[in-house]
Amino acid sequence: MSEYLIKNGFVYDPVLGINGDKTDIAVKDGKIVKDSELSSKAKTIDATGKTVMAGGVDVHAHVAGPKVNVGRNYRPEDKLFVGTAKSGMKRMEGGFSVPTVFRTGYNYARMGYGFVMEAAMPPLYARHVHEEIRDTPIIDQAALPVFGNNWFVMEYLKNGEVENTAAYIAWLLRMTRGFGIKNVNPGGTEAWGWGLNCPTVNDPVPYFDITPAEIIRGLIEANEYLGLPHCMHVHGNSLGEPGNFSITLDTLKQAEGFKPKGSFGRDQVLHHTHLQFHSYGGESYASKSFESKSREIMDYINSVDNITFDMGCVTLDETTTMTADGPFEHHLTELNHLKWANVDVELETAAGIVPYVYSPKTFIAGAQWAIGLELALYAKDLMKAFVSTDHPNAGPFIRYPRVIKWLMSRKARDNVLDNILKYGEKVRERCFIGEIDRELSLYEIAMMTRAGPAKALGLAHMFGSLKEGMDADVVVYPFNPEKDDDPEKIETAFSNCSYLVKSGQLIINDGEIISTGRKRTLWVDAKVNENAQVMRDVEQKFLKYYSVNLGNYEVLGEHFLPNPYIIEVDATQ
Amino acid sequence: METVTVTMKNQPTLFLEADNISPDVFAGKKSSEIAELHAFEGREQTTLGKYFEVSGNAGPSAADTRIVVKGDVTRVKYIGMKMSAGEIVVENSADMYTGAWMQGGTILVKGNVDAFTGIGMKGGNLIVEGNAGNYLGAAYRGDWRGMQGGTIRVKGNAGSDTGYFMNGGEIIIEGDVDVHVGTHAEGGRIIIKGNGKSKIGGQMVKGEIVVFGTIDVMMPGFKYVEDVEMEVDGTEGTFALYHGDLGERHPKKKGQIIYGNLYQKI
Repeated sequence: MSEYLIKNGFVYDPVLGINGDKTDIAVKDGKIVKDSELSSKAKTIDATGKTVMAGGVDVHAHVAGPKVNVGRNYRPEDKLFVGTAKSGMKRMEGGFSVPTVFRTGYNYARMGYGFVMEAAMPPLYARHVHEEIRDTPIIDQAALPVFGNNWFVMEYLKNGEVENTAAYIAWLLRMTRGFGIKNVNPGGTEAWGWGLNCPTVNDPVPYFDITPAEIIRGLIEANEYLGLPHCMHVHGNSLGEPGNFSITLDTLKQAEGFKPKGSFGRDQVLHHTHLQFHSYGGESYASKSFESKSREIMDYINSVDNITFDMGCVTLDETTTMTADGPFEHHLTELNHLKWANVDVELETAAGIVPYVYSPKTFIAGAQWAIGLELALYAKDLMKAFVSTDHPNAGPFIRYPRVIKWLMSRKARDNVLDNILKYGEKVRERCFIGEIDRELSLYEIAMMTRAGPAKALGLAHMFGSLKEGMDADVVVYPFNPEKDDDPEKIETAFSNCSYLVKSGQLIINDGEIISTGRKRTLWVDAKVNENAQVMRDVEQKFLKYYSVNLGNYEVLGEHFLPNPYIIEVDATQ
Repeated sequence: METVTVTMKNQPTLFLEADNISPDVFAGKKSSEIAELHAFEGREQTTLGKYFEVSGNAGPSAADTRIVVKGDVTRVKYIGMKMSAGEIVVENSADMYTGAWMQGGTILVKGNVDAFTGIGMKGGNLIVEGNAGNYLGAAYRGDWRGMQGGTIRVKGNAGSDTGYFMNGGEIIIEGDVDVHVGTHAEGGRIIIKGNGKSKIGGQMVKGEIVVFGTIDVMMPGFKYVEDVEMEVDGTEGTFALYHGDLGERHPKKKGQIIYGNLYQKI
């Protein structure tokens, strides 16, 4: 394989504690190595006057699978005037908020990302998810199956059977080639089958008679029983509802008393995703009532050491919302009267899809924008706070560089408040954004976009740093931290990297994509003791309820995962 | 005003996508530069000059530019797309998407136009002396933002799905229309001087549809309210007013529910 010496750039690596020092990075055989190990054949990449970081890691995005594809199918207008024709080795690209798989891969590469987690995989449609992941070029990916409304999980947890829950989870991760435990609107999506919801963590799920709080705690316990790389990854109850911050605090407090187990080096037992949507005060969306509760939420998160979160920052764009939170999407279509798609996934989950315009002319979109940024700006430890837009729910992932600009520049935030938002003054009144002076550094951005998420996903041994022995994901951004002081430069530089080396291969050379690399699909194979009861339950439920045979359920073979990377976990005891 | 004449000399084998035939793009260009503008034949990028003979230079701005399109352009799409000012005269019939997303200026087509004419239109005047195809003044596939403003006048007949998701502006059809008129409309006005068929105003929230002739099958969601005297496009008469579509949501204004209004001449 090729050898590269990335010379003379300003390097930011929170794991190694390198804060903008000029350091050379050596790459050989797909790994980061000492300079002295390079042969004379090594090619030099001149990074003089540029910023060098490890490849980005995205902890939460909806980029593959049936609901993303429904979004693509029912929003042809999302591709109107935003396509580019095939050129060189690149395929045709299209789509803004629900881009094609090719554009997804290319755009993450242009932003210098090397790994992306698909945040919600319906187990029954895991084959579809993996086919799309396979077709997304360049980036390594994995997918989190959803468990929070799963009949097996709810039945075992109601009886307090953590070992059976864990055995079922291990089995399902293997069947779906999944990575970890996603928990969307615990219990509420199942209640949606009755036209109901679970608005708080204490509302019992119809028929199953278990509460969201019990599901959250049970899944944390099962996760730590198995010692999985990532923790229980939750989207709490009552997303998007005014006044939901107290429900969010109740959700977060379920992690009390739990400690991470296993050998993957993460500190947290609960990751709360798109926290912005869960930090609202007030009783309605009107500016006289609605208010930011980011400070209350962050006061709690800053006081504990076993919780991480991602922002879910609203980017003030027209986008496509899609989530396994079925009742929320119905609520949204009632609000904006735009087209609604709803899918039920048998015993497992559901999903809804609605287009949404976060118009800067409305107060509420401005307030949502503010709250997302406040959460990160109030975070004491940025190794626990990650950049996300819950792509495409709060905005498309191609806006990460813009979010980074807002985090790094008060001037850029003030520009939004003064010139872009129609109700900027109201947003200053009802939120905290106007009084926050904090401007994050490139070192802190490196925590939020690579070192932190890699650690939280249990992938710190592969991604997030430029330490010797790590996978060689290296990006060079055309940003000179000594000279560039225009915030717009941050956005353009982080949108279009100069060079990207992915797993030791040069993917972007001088701003041009020259290779589609050799993408990998990561999954977790957790070994547990043989469990006859769980296997009997699985067989019975498939006979009784499922529309497919058990034999047609597993994501099997090279067709779906041509280049798998298996992380083995031993939970036999 | 300067006139540029583009005359079809070599018919494309496939359909030609010629969205560059627009006063906004031609403005400030000499005939030789206009001939170099790109077009797509299938997936191949070519130039307008390969198909058209271009004579005359454009004015300094779109408003000072008049384009006359001569010859057989029944295989040419997107004439006048997104134009904001100036004038286009098509001497014969044009293909689909004529005047699509038009914002201002005037297009006169002396023959017929095919589907999607004036879709997503925001302003300007679009006159068709012959017949129009389906989806006249409609929304782009999937979009909920249809025609927003401007005027479309068709002297002949129109196809199905006229004014689909219409939000504003006016469409006048002097002849007959096919099924589905003003579906999902939330504003604007559609005048049909000939006959309508069925599914007129289905899922209509707001806006107006006026039919001078017959309606084969009235939507069940429309309810007769009263007879009104009014003048429509120069004709005075008595019209039966129906409210609908009652199966759809309707906004309230000052305590009053706003319905879609369907008028039929008595």
